[in-house]
Parts: sequence; structure tokens; C-alpha cells
Amino acid sequence: MITLSKVSKWYQDFQVLKDCSTEVAKGEVVVVCGPSGSGKSTLIKCVNGLEPFQEGTITVSGTSVGAPKTDLPKLRARIGMVFQHFELFPHLTVMRNLEIAQIKVLGRGEDESKQRGMRLLERVGLTAHAKKYPGELSGGQQQRVAIARALAMDPIAMLFDEPTSALDPEMINEVLDVMVSLATEGMTMMVVTHEMGFARKVAHRVVFMDKGEIVEDAPTADFFGKPRSERAQVFLSKILQH
Amino acid sequence: MFANFDFDVIIRSLPYLFYDGMTFTLSLTAFATMGGVIFGTLLAMMRLSGFAPLSILAAGYVNLMRSVPLLLVIFWFYFLVPYIGQWITGAPRPVQVGAFVSSFVTFTLFEAAYFAEIMRAGIQSIPRGQVAAAQALGMTYFQTMGYVVLPQAFRNMLPVLLTQTIILFQDTSLVYVLSITDFLGAASKVAQRDGRLVEMYLFAALVYFVISYCASLLVRRLQSRIAIIR
Repeated sequence: MITLSKVSKWYQDFQVLKDCSTEVAKGEVVVVCGPSGSGKSTLIKCVNGLEPFQEGTITVSGTSVGAPKTDLPKLRARIGMVFQHFELFPHLTVMRNLEIAQIKVLGRGEDESKQRGMRLLERVGLTAHAKKYPGELSGGQQQRVAIARALAMDPIAMLFDEPTSALDPEMINEVLDVMVSLATEGMTMMVVTHEMGFARKVAHRVVFMDKGEIVEDAPTADFFGKPRSERAQVFLSKILQH
Repeated sequence: MFANFDFDVIIRSLPYLFYDGMTFTLSLTAFATMGGVIFGTLLAMMRLSGFAPLSILAAGYVNLMRSVPLLLVIFWFYFLVPYIGQWITGAPRPVQVGAFVSSFVTFTLFEAAYFAEIMRAGIQSIPRGQVAAAQALGMTYFQTMGYVVLPQAFRNMLPVLLTQTIILFQDTSLVYVLSITDFLGAASKVAQRDGRLVEMYLFAALVYFVISYCASLLVRRLQSRIAIIR
């Protein structure tokens, strides 16, 4: 479904990604973790072309992301993305947030978009808030709306860029619950997160990054059981201590 | 001290001042604001685009317009617009466009430079993540601008845009140099005809003050009402 092969990226002279190769098969959940500044957010943003990269190739369902003649908006419409800071559109109601891309990008009718939006709000448990503005919701509620907004486009895969790191602790679980249920339904997911509990529970594979490199790419049980690299061992011991 | 003044002249000329003069002033303000905001927004988008020729062109235009006195621009366009019209339509002689069209074109082009700077600040005030979110949903550049960035930028900048409109309202009085009957032009004509300069110009100043001041009070009221909850 998603294939990254020898992806490298530079900001001027500074190399942020070094020869990153990995793969997310259809229906697979891959968690990307690593210390801050390791390039994991940059990597996931390369997958739908939000960040350009200079070397290597990324293909999503057969389409090359970096190729100059790729219709990026068309490709992005098929890949859902959830951001650290939610990025709901603050000038639109929750319902309008769910509808707008369906109508303007996919060309769906108003009624169909509204129905689809309502079903997804129901799924994330927020039907009562359809007419509110994002600013009136809590962080956890906003992030659930953001997930619903991405799902409304019927994506073939979902990208999550640290979806819980901007949340207060008591709101993290309501978001993770939605993500777990998505994963168990067989959604293809690539998730940048520090939530190791989530990774253990639903991830098929864990990719560990450090200093722009993919240091380890292993099945979940192996990664938590006996990480091969020293850097991953140090990372795990630091975040699993508490 | 007002013993020698005749304030009755004001009452006698009210219909002329407002029906002829103020109508022109207000419609010029309204149309030039609309034209200026639209053209100014396009200029701001050009200036912020990654494409260097567009960005340099827009920056050059904005800087040029902001460096030239409005009065000069009014004169220049008054003489130039008929020739530009001739050039565009291919007519055999300069196209007489009339005072209103000429001043509308002038004010739109001039004020667009100021509106462009306001809209540029407005567009830049929208967090990068909003653009990323719109793009991630598959929106094109123009969809991102039209549905996500510009509506928020307008809201954030509305008070400043309206303040600029109040300035534009006052600036329209400069068209009197083309002997157009705007509000000040009308007052001026009555003043000359009846020899009542002080009365008429005092009254004109009062009217400009009252309208501008009330408008700025409204802007302040509006400011707190339209803020986006974040």
C-alpha cells in the first residue's frame, strides 16, 4: 500500500532524513517512534507530499508521490491525515468541517455529505456537537472530529502525526479508543506516536527512528521483547520506566 | 461672533449636498472598496506565491502606488484612462469614460496597494497547519485559499480593512480637483456661488467627522463580535 524506498531529505545542508525505507501493507498498522527531532513527523508528511524530499521514492497504492506529474491534491484526497494540533477549521462548524472537503473535493451532494458526516460524528460519539464551532470543544473532542473529518473522505490509508501529544492526559484515551477501533477494523495506518501502550495493543510493526535514520523496523513483539539496536533499547528504557 | 454668518445657506442647499454630492461620495467609497479589496487580495496572493516573477511584479506595484501621492494618481488616471480605454477597445479616438468611472478606476488601483498589504498580513496570520490540513484533504491551492485561508484572513483583518475604508471615504474628497460633484465638491460649489466659504466648509468638515467617527465606533463594536473562537 505505502512503500518508502531510500528516502532522503535535506534542509539546506542539514540532512533530516537518511535513506529511509519501510513499507505499510494493506490493513497493516505501523507505529513510528523515536526521540524528538528524529525526523518521524517529517517522514510521515513526505508520504502525502506535504513535505518534499530530494532523494528516493515513495509510492502510495501504485502512485509515486514525488513524481513531478503526480496530481498531489487527488492523491491526498485518498489518504487521511490527523495532525498533532487537530487543525480543524475554526471559522466553520463541526458539521461544516466534515462536509466541506466531501463537497468541494469529492463533489458529493450536500445531503449525502451531511449524512456521511453525521454517521462519523456518531462513531466518534459527538453528534450533540455538530452545530458547535471547534473552539467550543475540548482538545480530545476536537481530535475526534479531526479523525472523523479524515474518515469522511473514505481514505485508503490513514496517517497520524502525534495525534495525542497536544492533549491533556485525561483526553488521550478517548482518542486512542477511536484509533484502536479503526485498527481492529482493518484500516491501513501509519502512526507517529509515543503511546507505547497503543503500539503494543494494535501495531503489527514498529519503526524506530533516530537522527533521521530508520534504526529498527521489527514486528511489535520483537521490538518490545528484544530490540536489536542499543539506541532503541535506551529509548525504550527511558519511556517505559514510568 | 457668528453674527455675520448665514447658516441658512446650508439648509437651502441640503438636497443638493446630500442627494447629488453624498450619493457620489458614498457610492465611490463602496465600489472602490469592493474593487480594491478584490484586486488587493489578488496582489497579496501573488506577492506570497512562491513564483518569483508574480511576487516581484506585485511587490513592485504595491511599492509604486504607495510611494506616489494620491492627488497625482487622480490627475494621471483622469488623463490616461481615456487613452487606455482606446488602447484596449481599439477605438479610433480616446474613450470618454466619465468622471465616475475614471475615479472608480483610480481609487480601486490606488487603494488596492493598501488593501494588499492588509490582506498579506491577514494571510500570513493563518497558521501553516491550516494550509497543511486543507491540502491533506485534497484541496487545491485555490480551494485552500477560498475555503480555509481567506475567510479566516478576512475575519482577522476586518477591523483594519474597515479602518482603511474610512480613510478611503475621506480620500474621495480629493476628486473635487476634477470638478466632480462629490460631497465636498458640492459644498465647494455652493460656497463659491453664495460667497459662504466658512459656513460651507465648516459644515462639510462636521459631516465628514460625524460619519467617520460613527463608522470607527461601529468598527470597534464589531471587532469584539466577530472574533473567531480558538
